[in-house]
Amino acid sequence: MKLKNLSNKTIAIIKIVMFLLALIPLAKLGWLAYQDDLGANPIEKITRTTGYWTLTFLMITLAATPLKKLTGWSWLIRLRRMLGLFAFFYAALHFSTYLVLDQFFDWDSIIKDIAKRPYITVGFPAFLLLIPLAVTSTDDMIRLLGGKRWKLLHRSVYFCAIGGVIHYWWLVKKDLTNPITFALILALLLGFRLFYWLGSIRKQKLSAQLATLS
Amino acid sequence: MKNYKAKPIATSEITPKELFYGRREFIQLAGGLSLAAILPKSVWAIDKLANVKKSSYTVAEELTPYKDVTSYNNFYEFGTGKENPAENAGSLKTRPWTVAVEGEVKKPKIFDIDELLKLAPLEERVYRLRCVEAWSMVVPWVGYSLAELIKRVEPTGNAKYVEFISLHDPEQMPGQKSSVLEWPYREGLRLDEAMHPLTLLAVGLYGEALPNQNGAPIRVVIPWKYGFKSAKSIVKIRFVEKPPVTSWMQAGPGEYGFYSNVNPEVDHARWSQAKERRIGEFFKRKTLMFNGYADDVGQLYAGMDLKKDF
Repeated sequence: MKLKNLSNKTIAIIKIVMFLLALIPLAKLGWLAYQDDLGANPIEKITRTTGYWTLTFLMITLAATPLKKLTGWSWLIRLRRMLGLFAFFYAALHFSTYLVLDQFFDWDSIIKDIAKRPYITVGFPAFLLLIPLAVTSTDDMIRLLGGKRWKLLHRSVYFCAIGGVIHYWWLVKKDLTNPITFALILALLLGFRLFYWLGSIRKQKLSAQLATLS
Repeated sequence: MKNYKAKPIATSEITPKELFYGRREFIQLAGGLSLAAILPKSVWAIDKLANVKKSSYTVAEELTPYKDVTSYNNFYEFGTGKENPAENAGSLKTRPWTVAVEGEVKKPKIFDIDELLKLAPLEERVYRLRCVEAWSMVVPWVGYSLAELIKRVEPTGNAKYVEFISLHDPEQMPGQKSSVLEWPYREGLRLDEAMHPLTLLAVGLYGEALPNQNGAPIRVVIPWKYGFKSAKSIVKIRFVEKPPVTSWMQAGPGEYGFYSNVNPEVDHARWSQAKERRIGEFFKRKTLMFNGYADDVGQLYAGMDLKKDF
């Protein structure tokens, strides 16, 4: 089997497997809740878990493009939408946990949180920004917006990821191991893009110079 | 402010731990009894504390279940996750154990833990515990006022503050292999705070010796301050003239002050302290000034700006 070009059927199977794997964190939470085994502070546990998997799926989604460029496996891009939607799915669960379980629609306190708590000030817009990306994830929307505009819009996922990592960093009391790990991975993923982009600019300039020389 | 001392919890209202864990104990009973018949008393009776009398320093609030009190802990010496202490504290050896009491005292002394257990009558006190992370518990501690110990060593006129130093041994405390805090863990109180009858030198909870993850074999409990002020697994108590710099003050000078009194009006630099989630409850409750102990300790801070001296 050639890894560069997979048949549609193989990709469909990969997608099904990935879909099921992506549901494991939720299934595990559900199982623990059913067993009454979420620990002494179940709401905190659910909030932490859904937040952790939001960031993890954001990182996996952002890894698709660099991996494709490094390996030449273009089918990786066809997995990206599902991964991105799972990031949104866990983010929505994370936010709902905060809204319903943690605050129980205490709008006064929520507004105060957003205004006064830096980690929520940065986390809330990062979540909001994911909504238009999820809404415009369909083929029809890509057509409607046009490839260029769509791409530009979806680049804002970089800000969601940066905001998400800062959100985590700022809420941790002292042990920064996890936030630092996410920050390093994100720096690598965004650094790759920057490096690649700078390289392509240089190439363009070079070919422009060559053109004027000839 | 509700006077919490007015109605000590009726003994009949507390589900004894034996009943609470009745089923499990019943199952274990047969095996336990046969073991007890073989082993000397000192081995199997080591965890039960004898002659504990109920104290009037007790809040009439529902106790946090033993399981939660002993499985949801902040004790970075055993890792930074809440479940880490229960998982990792098995490596802590609580015998032999001594506590050196030194500094500005007339009678410095190294106390053996078994001597400290008998220094004063043991009392059970049900205290609220409010963590700086905005969750809380209600814990039936066993111990006696720290003042009992302090009186015996006779602080000099220069003793203005008391510093508590916890065990530093990365072999026993694997979390100390990480430099998440500066070890050993250090905490401190003003002498009048340390002398206050509410300040408890605790050796047990739920009628038994302190589980390792809760700060065995000896710790302090200062119920009107955030939990981290209540140093665990203490090996040294030092009387000093200048305010000691604590581990958390070093970790975040803008976030953790020397006093760290529970105060719903003074927020943590990054989150609100107005409310708390009582472990086991769904809705958050309002945090009380000095964790509900304002009538007892308010006068210690008369005239102080609690926003500045947080």
